[in-house]
Amino acid sequence: MSDQDISAALQQQVLKALQNETPLDIRGSGSKTFLGNASPATELPINISMHRGIVEYDPRELVLTARGGTPLTQIESVLTEAGQMLAFEPPHFGNGATLGGTIACALSGPRRPYSGSARDFVLGCKLLNGRGEILRFGGQVMKNVAGYDVSRLMAGAYGTLGILLEVSLKVLPRPAASITVTRECSAAEAIESMSTLLSKPYPVDGACYHGDHCHVRISGSAQAVKEAHTKIPGDVMPDAEAFWYALREHELPFFHHSGTLYRIMVKPATPPLDIEGSWLLDWGGALRWLYSHEDVVTIRHRVERVGGHVSVFRSNDRAGELFQPLPAPLLAIHQRIKTSFDPKNIFNRGRIYANL
Amino acid sequence: MPHHYKKNVALISSLQNLLPPESILTDAEDLRPFECDGLAVYRQLPMVVVLPETIAQVQSIMRLCYEHKVPVVARGAGTGLSGGALPLAEGLLLSLAKFKRILNIDPLNAMATVQPGVRNLAISEAAAAYGLYYAPDPSSQIACTIGGNVAENSGGVHCLKYGLTVHNILMLKVVTMEGDLLTIGAETLDSPGYDLLALMTGSEGMLGIIVEVTVKLLAKPERAQVVLAAFDDVVKAGEAVGAIIAAGIIPAGLEMMDKLAIQAAEDFVHAGYPRDAEAILLCELDGTDAEVSEFIMLVRKILTNSGAIEVRTAVDEAERQLFWKGRKSAFPAVGRISPDYYCMDGTIPRRHLPLVLRRISEMSAEFGLPVANVFHAGDGNLHPLILFDANKAGELERTEELGNRILQLCVEVGGTITGEHGVGIEKIDQMCAQFHSSELTQFHGVKAAFDPSGLLNPGKAIPTLHRCAEFGAMHVHHGQLAHPELERF
Repeated sequence: MSDQDISAALQQQVLKALQNETPLDIRGSGSKTFLGNASPATELPINISMHRGIVEYDPRELVLTARGGTPLTQIESVLTEAGQMLAFEPPHFGNGATLGGTIACALSGPRRPYSGSARDFVLGCKLLNGRGEILRFGGQVMKNVAGYDVSRLMAGAYGTLGILLEVSLKVLPRPAASITVTRECSAAEAIESMSTLLSKPYPVDGACYHGDHCHVRISGSAQAVKEAHTKIPGDVMPDAEAFWYALREHELPFFHHSGTLYRIMVKPATPPLDIEGSWLLDWGGALRWLYSHEDVVTIRHRVERVGGHVSVFRSNDRAGELFQPLPAPLLAIHQRIKTSFDPKNIFNRGRIYANL
Repeated sequence: MPHHYKKNVALISSLQNLLPPESILTDAEDLRPFECDGLAVYRQLPMVVVLPETIAQVQSIMRLCYEHKVPVVARGAGTGLSGGALPLAEGLLLSLAKFKRILNIDPLNAMATVQPGVRNLAISEAAAAYGLYYAPDPSSQIACTIGGNVAENSGGVHCLKYGLTVHNILMLKVVTMEGDLLTIGAETLDSPGYDLLALMTGSEGMLGIIVEVTVKLLAKPERAQVVLAAFDDVVKAGEAVGAIIAAGIIPAGLEMMDKLAIQAAEDFVHAGYPRDAEAILLCELDGTDAEVSEFIMLVRKILTNSGAIEVRTAVDEAERQLFWKGRKSAFPAVGRISPDYYCMDGTIPRRHLPLVLRRISEMSAEFGLPVANVFHAGDGNLHPLILFDANKAGELERTEELGNRILQLCVEVGGTITGEHGVGIEKIDQMCAQFHSSELTQFHGVKAAFDPSGLLNPGKAIPTLHRCAEFGAMHVHHGQLAHPELERF
């Protein structure tokens, strides 16, 4: 498929949907349709995957701008050629994953606690809102405080506020060297050592606990990696790149499971939670994946007690409160924001919360 | 200046039931210290100043103001540079000066929870015992408070590597205009729902009153080292910046100063800058000992290859501090050589630096007003300082006109009218140049989602469409040059 700008055609589709009040299901490659509440059968698909191409990229500016339907693989290969990367290490969850879907779902990989999240790297966007207007927010510069930060608001909005026609991202140089050190230990010990690393000036850019082992990824200049290895004990993992890739893409055997997968966010130093099931800890302990037969209400109750929150990440049951419910005054603000972008509620109806 | 506004007696008497007498100021002489923020050309006495010390008091004050339809302007240390905390004659000024406790430092989770009136630097000082610090370091960090930093999305000299305030906070407690207490964000790395934390950061007091802030802390780097390079040509200095980044190095700080700024700084603090250079670069590298040593060698080589006439590495910590002292005192240094100066704050894509500097120098000649340039070169944030004398008739107006032209130029090359100082009252008209009316309408929609009554800091940050029509700015949009005939390189 070749690069092209179909924003005018997308705008016509939105204007028509607006006129008829037809709900639209924003589609890229479909790699992330498993996330969030199932789209109602009445929704018409609006496909953005033809709207693709890198609009601007100058490695010296550390900024890349691409259309929403651009495949992540295309972006990543251009960046790799220039020795750069998307530092939030986005999961693809499918071959055709697009930039727009990645930002809309605000997904970040193992490097997230150390480099920042998808939203942290958003600098600007071009948005098609629910009035059929094409709007630009933010820009292609690192620092910009003119107006509210609407472009970062799009990260994690699951398309409910509009179609991301273009996104500008900050990109970073790839580290010259990387190793992963591995050590057998209990979950409690792993949590303690991963959180201790947060106050050490070591170039750590990944830490997880999986299969009775704590894995810590160290990346930077060759000399820095060598030096840090003397301070972080453990055996060097062979083929570490494949491991982190499989973790990021949920391709580890841990994820070969048909049950409900819960995504649990806690403060990283939170001791292991007493909920029955199988656990994998990523993000230095801040993100915990759980397969459990316990119901979501019970799990939420336990996690809320330690200041965390829970979403149902993969499940056969795609209805109900998959995302952590919001307190009433916050939900009211969400609804007013939604209405201001999408007054007729045409985009991705109910994808995050029933009434958004 | 308008005469003092008629007091809202009913509101003040209700406030007296909420707060002790010393926390309510109504006499002109008590109000005077609150009449302006760091942009002192705009001054206005508020109707009343309140200094609450609990969240419950803030909630009650907001409920009262909501009920009486009295607008509210929040204020931290008042160091802002765009008039965001400028009071309203008929309004209440809510000072958060009494909220100055550090509530918790949590080294295991690398975070701290503080009240909004805590000074930026005080957080790093308190965290130092654990080997941690709070990364954003605006140059006013000794005085400015974290609540104001959140409201302005403050940056500093280390933004390129460590980000702005928005990248370094986790959770806020916010009181709405109606007096509701909201928790926005979470102590976890993400939070359910829309990213309201991003909206709140940099919202200039338009969306809510920040009453508690949870920040992320980082491990203090093992070592920091700075290299100073002098150039006989600003274009070469600009190219050196790109070359450093192209080599895969993200400096902790990368600052540029032009000749007028160098000379003013050198005369003021004797930092050892070469007085005859056209531009200097300060490049700071931090990280592990090994990494810093490796990159210093590399950076020195790049600078030399880029045509630097002199490259110096600070010999010790004292010299490193001295190199930075020159940069950090550039504003007061310029203040010594001119009766007044006006600090601009545009951001541009770095590749347009030569064009922008040349155009600024042409405009400076045209207006007969000298301009010194101080530049966060790593992230493209330019601070032209316009030298003027407010006592000369018409000179302030000419200065503002020159400033407006410079910001217009920033927008024309694809940049923005404000990188870190905010829009406030100062740049509200330039917002009309940067945004279409549909975009401004969308901003007003966001504002109304948080503050349907419109009583929070009205008249700041986002212009009304009516105001833009009156201002009559030619809309120059994101890199679409108004003058396509301009030479670009």
